Amino acid sequence: MIPTIPQSRTVRIVYGGYVALFFLYLALPLTVVAVFAFNDSQFPSLPWEGFTWNWFFGDTRPQIGVFHERGILGAVGTSAFVAACVAVLSVAVGTTNAFLFNRYDFRGKGLLYVLMLLPLVIPGIVLGISILVFSSTLANGIWDLAQMDIQALRPGLLLVILGQFSFITTIATLVISARLQKFDRTLEEAALNLGADRLTAVRTITLPFLAPAMIGAVVVAFLMSFENFNTTLMLVGSDAPLTIAMFDRLKEGSTPLLNAVSLLLMLGSSLLALMMILFQRRS
Amino acid sequence: MRNQSRVAFYLLLMPLVLWLGLLIIIPHIDMLLISLRERVSFGVYDRSLAQYEKALTEPLYLRTFARTAVMSVLATAITLLIAFPVAYYIAKMARGRLQQVLFLLCLIPFYVSELVRTFGWMILLRETGIVSNLLQWAGLADQPVEMLYTDATMMVGLVYTSMLFMVVPLVTTLESLDDSVIEAGYDLGGSGLSVLREIIIPHAMPGIVSGCIVVFMLSLGNYLTPTMLGGKDSLWFTEMIYNQFIVRSNWELGAAFGFMLLVLSSVIVWGMLRLTGRTLKETMG
Repeated sequence: MIPTIPQSRTVRIVYGGYVALFFLYLALPLTVVAVFAFNDSQFPSLPWEGFTWNWFFGDTRPQIGVFHERGILGAVGTSAFVAACVAVLSVAVGTTNAFLFNRYDFRGKGLLYVLMLLPLVIPGIVLGISILVFSSTLANGIWDLAQMDIQALRPGLLLVILGQFSFITTIATLVISARLQKFDRTLEEAALNLGADRLTAVRTITLPFLAPAMIGAVVVAFLMSFENFNTTLMLVGSDAPLTIAMFDRLKEGSTPLLNAVSLLLMLGSSLLALMMILFQRRS
Repeated sequence: MRNQSRVAFYLLLMPLVLWLGLLIIIPHIDMLLISLRERVSFGVYDRSLAQYEKALTEPLYLRTFARTAVMSVLATAITLLIAFPVAYYIAKMARGRLQQVLFLLCLIPFYVSELVRTFGWMILLRETGIVSNLLQWAGLADQPVEMLYTDATMMVGLVYTSMLFMVVPLVTTLESLDDSVIEAGYDLGGSGLSVLREIIIPHAMPGIVSGCIVVFMLSLGNYLTPTMLGGKDSLWFTEMIYNQFIVRSNWELGAAFGFMLLVLSSVIVWGMLRLTGRTLKETMG
């Protein structure tokens, strides 16, 4: 069934209707979350009590808006900090990985490549608990040896960052490798012939070529880290990132405050995604 | 020059080895070791298979394990069935701008946190939710209807969450199928159904396999959707891991559960790759 082959009217209408229904299904949950952020009521549900901005800007009980709610703002800050660390780390390691797999042939390369892909097929919860177990083994070992308690190895932000880094690096590697494969190596050789040393050639020729992929990887890594739930859940300490903080509140019962946070999240991430798409189209 | 290149090689190898070694391989070995021990008294442990014995003999654990596996397979199948016509429409029926817009629309929910998506379904389906009100308004129900906390709701959420990972690989493979091949199928007397079965589906197979693998993995490892949308009876295996680790602090049993989940997902992914004669490298990389 393709446009050049005539089909009966009913078939076309039914098919089009099905696709329309599908997009309705996609849009429905996000739309209701957005709409009820403006409901002037304690609950994000019907009846509709009128339009209000209070869940964003309100500063009096019971309607304290996002911008006056310390807990949520703090969690956003924590998430942004974690996401920035994860993005920088995973893109750095992703870049070295891309060079390694693209430029060198060595024994065990195939095996290492499969190992590199592995974090994608390990469930996030399992990644989380394995890192939790190992870090606590380390911490206990250090305690037994030297009577030192290393707080950083207990559940907390460092472990959250490492846990997210452990699988986001695979994605960064794939994104950057894909671009590096398209690179014309004669350009680098030309730079070497013109008297540049290897490092200068890579720095002035190859890295600028890779920049769009690296920036894309930074954005993807940032978003994935910001939204990560499963791995974070197992490694979180007292400073909860936004997804965990929202989850805790959702369990207690929800107010339109959560809708307002969600709407801001949606706007923020679509803005980032859009910027990335535009940026990549230009280059 | 050779020496310099060797140094560069080891410098590039180091981050990879540190990352995989310290964050993936050693932690998993450590988890395996912990799952293979039993607490005898305070701080004293014995090597034993007790945890796995417990996991495999306790009916609740075993039932949850099997249920999670079956429901994940079911979620994958439903996602494939729903996504295929849509992906085909985007790849082959829509043209130009419409095609780009539809494809982008599919990506949007992915950029929104899973928590927000689940929250949306809760607002829609809870007792005081939109759908319940709609049904009452239409006269189809005379009292509020609670649609949350059932297996069906959980399935809706699971399918929704992983839809994108099915649509994108399908669109990519279907786009590479030349229209003239489909025309040739019709010219040679094929019906819509036989063209679908003998030309389109075989061509889309790589996309189907990678989509199914990712969706299956995501469903199996999902925690939020079963917790928030599923009922008391729809305990998910990840919830049991969480309970053992965080609520009960029984790391030995929790680690054993974690390993069982890992083995289950590896076996099914391996089986899917084996059935279709593909490798992990081709499918993910």
